[in-house]
Parts: sequence; C-alpha cells; structure tokens
Amino acid sequence: MVPIPAGSFTMGSPNSEKGREEDEGPQHKIQLSSFWMGVYEVTFAEWDAFFKNMEVPQTKAIAIDAVSRPTAQYIDLTWGMGRDGKQPTNSMSQSATIMYCKWLYTQTGVFYRLPTEAEWEYACRAGTTTAFGYGSDPATLAEHGYFKDNSGGKFHKVGELKPNRWGLFDMLGNLSEWTLDQYDAAAYSKLAENAKNPLSAPGTRYPRVVRGGNYLSDANESRCANRIPAVADWNKRDPQIPKSRWWLTDGMTVGFRLVRPAVQPSKDEIEKFFAQYLK
Amino acid sequence: MKTNETGKTSRRDFVKQSSMLAGGLMAAPLISNAGYFNSVDDTIKIAVIGCGGRGTGAAMQALLSKQNVKLVAMADAFRDRLDSCYKELTNENNEDGNVKAKVAVTEATKFVGFDAYAKAIALADVVLLTTPPGFRPIHFAEAIKQGKHVFMEKPVATDPAGIKKVLETAEIAKQKKLNVVVGLQRHYQNSYLELYKRVQDGMIGEITSGQVWWNNDGVWVNMRKPGQTEMEYQMRNWYYFNWLCGDHINEQHIHNIDVMNWFKGAYPVKAQGMGGRQVRTGKEYGEIYDHHFVEFHYADGSIMNSQCRHIKGTYAKVDEMIVGTKGVVKCGDAQISSKGKSLYQYDKKLENNPYQTEHDELFAAIAKGEYKFADAENGAKATMTAVMGRMATYSGEVIEWDKALNSGVSIMPSKFAWDANPPTLPDANGFYPVATPGVTKYFS
Repeated sequence: MVPIPAGSFTMGSPNSEKGREEDEGPQHKIQLSSFWMGVYEVTFAEWDAFFKNMEVPQTKAIAIDAVSRPTAQYIDLTWGMGRDGKQPTNSMSQSATIMYCKWLYTQTGVFYRLPTEAEWEYACRAGTTTAFGYGSDPATLAEHGYFKDNSGGKFHKVGELKPNRWGLFDMLGNLSEWTLDQYDAAAYSKLAENAKNPLSAPGTRYPRVVRGGNYLSDANESRCANRIPAVADWNKRDPQIPKSRWWLTDGMTVGFRLVRPAVQPSKDEIEKFFAQYLK
Repeated sequence: MKTNETGKTSRRDFVKQSSMLAGGLMAAPLISNAGYFNSVDDTIKIAVIGCGGRGTGAAMQALLSKQNVKLVAMADAFRDRLDSCYKELTNENNEDGNVKAKVAVTEATKFVGFDAYAKAIALADVVLLTTPPGFRPIHFAEAIKQGKHVFMEKPVATDPAGIKKVLETAEIAKQKKLNVVVGLQRHYQNSYLELYKRVQDGMIGEITSGQVWWNNDGVWVNMRKPGQTEMEYQMRNWYYFNWLCGDHINEQHIHNIDVMNWFKGAYPVKAQGMGGRQVRTGKEYGEIYDHHFVEFHYADGSIMNSQCRHIKGTYAKVDEMIVGTKGVVKCGDAQISSKGKSLYQYDKKLENNPYQTEHDELFAAIAKGEYKFADAENGAKATMTAVMGRMATYSGEVIEWDKALNSGVSIMPSKFAWDANPPTLPDANGFYPVATPGVTKYFS
C-alpha cells in the first residue's frame, strides 16, 4: 500500500471533456482525509487466502454475525482468462469484497475497506486534472491501463504497465473496481462545496458504483471521472433463484482494491460498517 | 456511462426443420381451436414441476416473458422446497423483477409428493419441468399426453430407457404440434448463434475434432439427516445418485458435449474413455465419479475429446473448442481464428441472457399460436451422448450408440415412495457401490 495524503481536489469532469456524461457533474471541490491504498488490484493469490481457506465456513447466504466465505463457482468465472496468483481476482459481488475485508480484519485487527468514489477518483487523478490523468490523448492511456485496444480481450497480471504519480497501478484499466457508494446519477449536484469525505450511503443492492475502465472498455469509459453503476444485469446468467450473493456471472470485468484509513475507526464503527454493508 | 449495458439482441434465427414446414407449420387449426388454452381469456397458464433453485429461476423467467402469463400450479416432492420457491416468486423486491401479480397459485394448486406432477400439469397450458433429470421422461410423457407445451431443463434423462421414452414422446409432441424448449441455453445465446452461423457458412472448413471441458470444484452436498428414509436422503442429496442425476458428465457437462454435436450436425456413434473417483470418495458423494475423460467418435471419423472434473483446487475450465480444416472456434472467447489470427470476434458486450431468451421466444410463439420449437429430440440425443460417455468410463469398454440406446438399460426405481428402496443402497458403513472399469458391464 502507498500513503495517499490528505488534501482536496475537483471531482467530476468539465462539460468540455470528450466522452463526458451527465452524471460526472457538476464538478465540485471536495476534501479528503489521508488513507493508504493498495498499489495493485487484489490478486488471486490474495483472494485465495480467504476464498480457499478451509477454516472459514462456506455459506450460501452472506453471514452477518460471522465471517463466511463464498460458495464454489459452478463455472469458471475468469471465463478462460486464467487465475495466476498475480492476476487480479474478478467476478465477485460487492458483498463478497466486504466479507474479504471483514476476514482481513479478524485476521490482522486492521480495518481495510473499499475506497469511496471520491477517494478512488482522488487517488486516480493523483493531482492531475485531465481525462486520463496523464493527458487527454487515449494514446497515453495505453501506457497505464489495459483497455479494449491493448488488452487482447482479457485481464493481465497486475502492475505490468506504468503506475500513476502516486504509485498506483492499473487504476484506469485491467479490471473496474468496486467502491462503497450507492450509485446516484445526481449525487454531485447534492454535494456542498468543500464537502469532506463524501459517500452515498448503501441502500439497495443495485446499483452501486464501480470505477475505472477494464479490459473491455473503450477509452471514453476508462476516464478518471467515469462512473459505472453495477446493475442486476451483471448476474443475469445465474440460472438459480435466489441468485448467488457472492458471484456475478456477468461481472467478469470487476475486481477491487483496498484502502486503509490513516486513522482507524473505533471498534464500534467498524462493526457498524460491516453490519451495514453485509445486511 | 453504462458500460455492460446489453445491446439490442438480435432475434434468434430459428432453424425450422423442413419436415415441420412441409407439415404446414403455421397452419390454422391450432389457433382456431377454442380449446388451445384452458382459459376463457387469452392468459397462458403455467405450472412449475420441480421447485428448486433452477425451477424458481425458470418460473421467474417465464413470468417475465412479456406475454399474458400466470403461474397457476406448483409441484414438488418436498413441501419446503415448494414454499421457498413460492416465497421468492411472490417477493415484490426480487432483484430480477416483481412478478407477484402473475402468481395465481393457491393452497389447492400446490401439489406435494411423487405424484404431484400430473395434478399440476392438468391445470396449465405450459409446463416447466425442472426436477432432477431422472424424473424428466415420466413428466415429459405426462405433459405431452395432456397436450401441454413444455419447457424442460437438461439433461432429459439419466439412462437409455429414459432417453428412449423421451424420443418417443418427442415424436408425439411433433404430431400434436406442441412446442418443446430444452434448457440447453447455449442454443439461445447470441455469441454461440453468431459463431454457429459462421461455421455453417464455412469459416472453419470441415469440422475434424472438438475439445470440450467442464472442470471445476464441484457442487453442493446435502448431508444425511436423522429420521430420513433412504429415499428421502437420496432425493435431498440427488446430485450424487445416478438414477436422479446421471453423474456430472450428464448433469453439467452435457452443455459442452451438446455444443460439439450441434456445430458438427451429428451425434457420436461410439465412445471410450476413463474416469473414477479419486478425491471425492466420502459417503456423502454417493456413487458418482469425480472425473471422466471420454473420446467420442463420429461416423465420419472426427473425434470429440470431453473432460469433466469435480475436484477442488484444480484447474477450472468450462468451454468448447471446435477444430476445422480452415480454423478454430473458441466458444468461451467467442472467437474464430486461423493459425492464431482472428477471423471473427463477437463483441461480448452484446451477450444476452439466454435463460430469459428461451422463455421469451417460447411464450411469444405460444401466444401467437405458432408451432416453432421441437428441442426434445436433440435434448434426448445430447443426453444420450453424455450417458454413453458415462457407460464408457464406468465399464472401460467401447460403447456403441445404437447398442446402448436400444439396450433398455434402466437405473430407475421400480416404485416411487418415501419408504421404497432406491436402486442403490449403502453398505453397513454408509458407502455406496461404485462402478469399476473392467468389472462393471452393461452387455454380456
């Protein structure tokens, strides 16, 4: 993980940005506390320490009062892209990523979580203001992220391309990444100027926000400001009802990255957090 | 932004069989027949037979099919499974959609037990057959006998006698012009249809071989509970008993085997292979193998290599690769290539939900009074291919299609009752007999 300094930045994109969509505005200035952020997307090696841990009970439902791990996958949810230890783990629900955090917390006593949308964009921009952080030319994107034009239609091992200014790899490509926020297209218009650590609290399971392009995205979708609502359609090919709470049959392009707040919340706050996101 | 939004799906290109056309496919009698639906209005009445996770999913998809449909009856061997299905379908917050208004099932139309199916079928125009596959031949025959349209899940049987029965029933369904869709949903999936079309157009030349896989960690287990009769235990833990499931080469791997048959336009004439249970040896895993590797031979000499494995922690792959004289189809990648160079790449963002498409198309046809779907024969032959593979791995012998299909081999119980004996029973320690290559024989 690398330290991300406290600071402020302008979230969202200007009307003039190519490929911009309504939900990226109005731009507003926000402030963020400092946190640590994963240099890479969470890999299969890291995920399997949890997913394949026989000590942790495997449950169909998401355990609320305990730690449980996901059910077996009936099909190969990498869809043939491989599961090398250095490849980013994919196809899991937001709940599954939160359970991973809960498991980490019980193992280490340290509270890790997903970034908020604001934290993600702040870290992605790393002090820059252009569409891709490094400029507005998609050619610069190819140096930093795997997207449609350079991915060969599949995800790649983490960290193969150049990092951003704050040392974070694959922010704009490879896999899209879960954040904590509920998706609200009008979220930015509801924010006060200089809002501190904004977050759209979790409501319904869908849609929640995913950030960053992925191996199938075109350049427009891979911009720093782009917001992706994860919809129920991402699990459309689960033939069973109730559908899996852990896996997404059509969410092969999503993974996640961890953050660790510089100031750890209290035990009560941590428990409240997990209860809120795993209900 | 909305990436991953599904694009407009192209309507499935129906492959209409010439015999159906010659027989007057769109002929009026069905439409003009006042008795076509049981209802006085144009509501299409549905019954679901088998209320597990898949039956619930199929019922949901049927009710989301945009036609004037109502679920009128439910049947399951177990009351608790029926209840959980009913709860999901009447849950207004179900993430797949709110279909509560379309559920018109009453206490009087919930049927439980081994004989529940016939009563539920009687109340419907269309029946969804989604029990474990061992029952499918019986349920399918009853549905067609009662003149109902059918959606049935794969596989459609677990033994040659059952397959034979489904083939016979398929003929009657054709005569009665009853639509039958089988849940081999790759036939209704955009990427597969696009690949298939190009293979038909000759993009890969003549098909010479295929590789198909369903390798993964395996599925759920339901442990034995105190007080269960042997029949109830096997019904609850059905995946691990052949009369109910047919082994995973049949229950899951059929999808991949079917794709090769479909693209090839033929069924294998014989099979030989190997398999066993090396890791999944506990008594809770009943009698099925944990791996099979089968070489299927087609009449023209081409071969399909089929592998399926249920072993935790091993390489997972669920896919099909079709090899031709001019190129290769990789179904999972939705790509056709030649010598490493891409000839065609399907845009995966346009992929549909084939489970929904099956129902959308079936119910649209029924609403219009059209006879369009006759999937049962292929469903039966896909099942036969998988069962032939299982007979090959269990016996270690070469199994010929005709001989196996006509063998009359049946592994079903003679009596269906909670206190009746299933066809396989545990020994004193709770372990079941397991097929042994070189010892197990089907033909003397």
